[in-house]
Amino acid sequence: MRIGIVDYGVGNLFSLCSSFALIGAEAEIVRDAEGVRRADRIILPGVGAFGDAAEKLRATGLDRVLTEEARAGKPLLGICLGMQLLFEKSLEYGEHPGLGLLPGIVAPIRDVIPADYKIPHIGWNALHLTRPDCPLWKNIREGDYVYFVHSYHATLCGSSAAAVTEYGGTLTAAAWKDNIYGCQFHPEKSGEVGMNILRAFCEEGGAR
Amino acid sequence: MITKRIIPCLDVKNGRVVKGVNFMGLGDVASPVELAKYYSAHGADELVFYDITASAEGRALFTDILTETARQVFIPLTVGGAINTTDDFDRVLKCGADKVSVNSGAIRNPSLVKEAARLYGDQCVVLSVDVKRVDGVFRVFAKGGRENTGMEAIEWIKRCVSDGAGEIVVNSIDTDGVKAGFDLEMLDAVCRAVSVPVIASGGAGRIEDFITLFRTLPGVDAGLAASIFHFGEVDIRDLKRAMAEAGIPARI
Repeated sequence: MRIGIVDYGVGNLFSLCSSFALIGAEAEIVRDAEGVRRADRIILPGVGAFGDAAEKLRATGLDRVLTEEARAGKPLLGICLGMQLLFEKSLEYGEHPGLGLLPGIVAPIRDVIPADYKIPHIGWNALHLTRPDCPLWKNIREGDYVYFVHSYHATLCGSSAAAVTEYGGTLTAAAWKDNIYGCQFHPEKSGEVGMNILRAFCEEGGAR
Repeated sequence: MITKRIIPCLDVKNGRVVKGVNFMGLGDVASPVELAKYYSAHGADELVFYDITASAEGRALFTDILTETARQVFIPLTVGGAINTTDDFDRVLKCGADKVSVNSGAIRNPSLVKEAARLYGDQCVVLSVDVKRVDGVFRVFAKGGRENTGMEAIEWIKRCVSDGAGEIVVNSIDTDGVKAGFDLEMLDAVCRAVSVPVIASGGAGRIEDFITLFRTLPGVDAGLAASIFHFGEVDIRDLKRAMAEAGIPARI
């Protein structure tokens, strides 16, 4: 089983590679359609602005192959901005279309939190499992802490919201639909809890 | 609810932790990798590595141990010391750092914070500032606290935040090493001035100092310390439990 970590010039892949090495999973960085097709499971990472990242995915043609592979049932996990890219669109600096693999719209967290709360939402916060049946939570308990750094989150995702977190208001922490997964937090920076989530993705992953 | 972060800071010289570290039961530990693993397993929420090496040789050793640490430690890792250019950001980020802390480099090169924030995002840029009262005014000190820049600290911090600094580490020179508690007056002034996370540094001597800090100043997001953790005077797990008992959100 081979994990493909998609490199499209957005963000630092060092910790992700180290995390998979730690849990004993074979992971490689993939940069093109062939690499994405070759992988058994796909990680879509990312930090920075949604518009830039979506444009980079389009420019490299990775948007098409990711959509094809995901629709064909290959397990895909988006992390942070990589999660946000899975939704229909984002309202970060204008309006940008995403991959549309998950239902929902990425919106500023400011819309749901009080003015005296700092943005970005940065630090360790507790997961509340709205979909305890999500395979990622195999070894996760209600209230486990994970590390967040973000100013936007997914809204209107309906029953695909797999976990939320509280920060003056309710923020979407994770999403899941069939073989498509998203974590707004950074499992690769969330210690043992994060490693358990990555392990669960390697083991379950919704493969069919 | 988001938790208050506890952050041990490791000074690293020529690839070794400075000042020797003497844990109960661990003996003398000078390997930053081993120490980082220990802290990660014992409740630290984040780690800061400061490179205090002066030579190019020492710098290479630092990036080696940073890489090794980042391979084995899966909590956020901030790197500071000798960060003067965006190339320095690039160098440590490639070795696995998540955030980069700038201090004197930002004073010498006034566009550094802005350039780094544009390239790597605000969340990556941590402004560390050494502050001391001079005739009743908070002044910014450079070169490890040896040189008064004459700049007023709150104005400097506000400027760096508007340039894109995503977090502020406030080191009070007045309370540093005294172990009589954090500099609440100084920290309060910073919290009132900016809306990014504020990390308190300098003055912690015992668990109660952290409790007082977070109770008195809800705007402070994290407490940073070095020797009290390294010498086992404060065990981070005990500290976290005491915080939770005092009603302060802590990751246990």
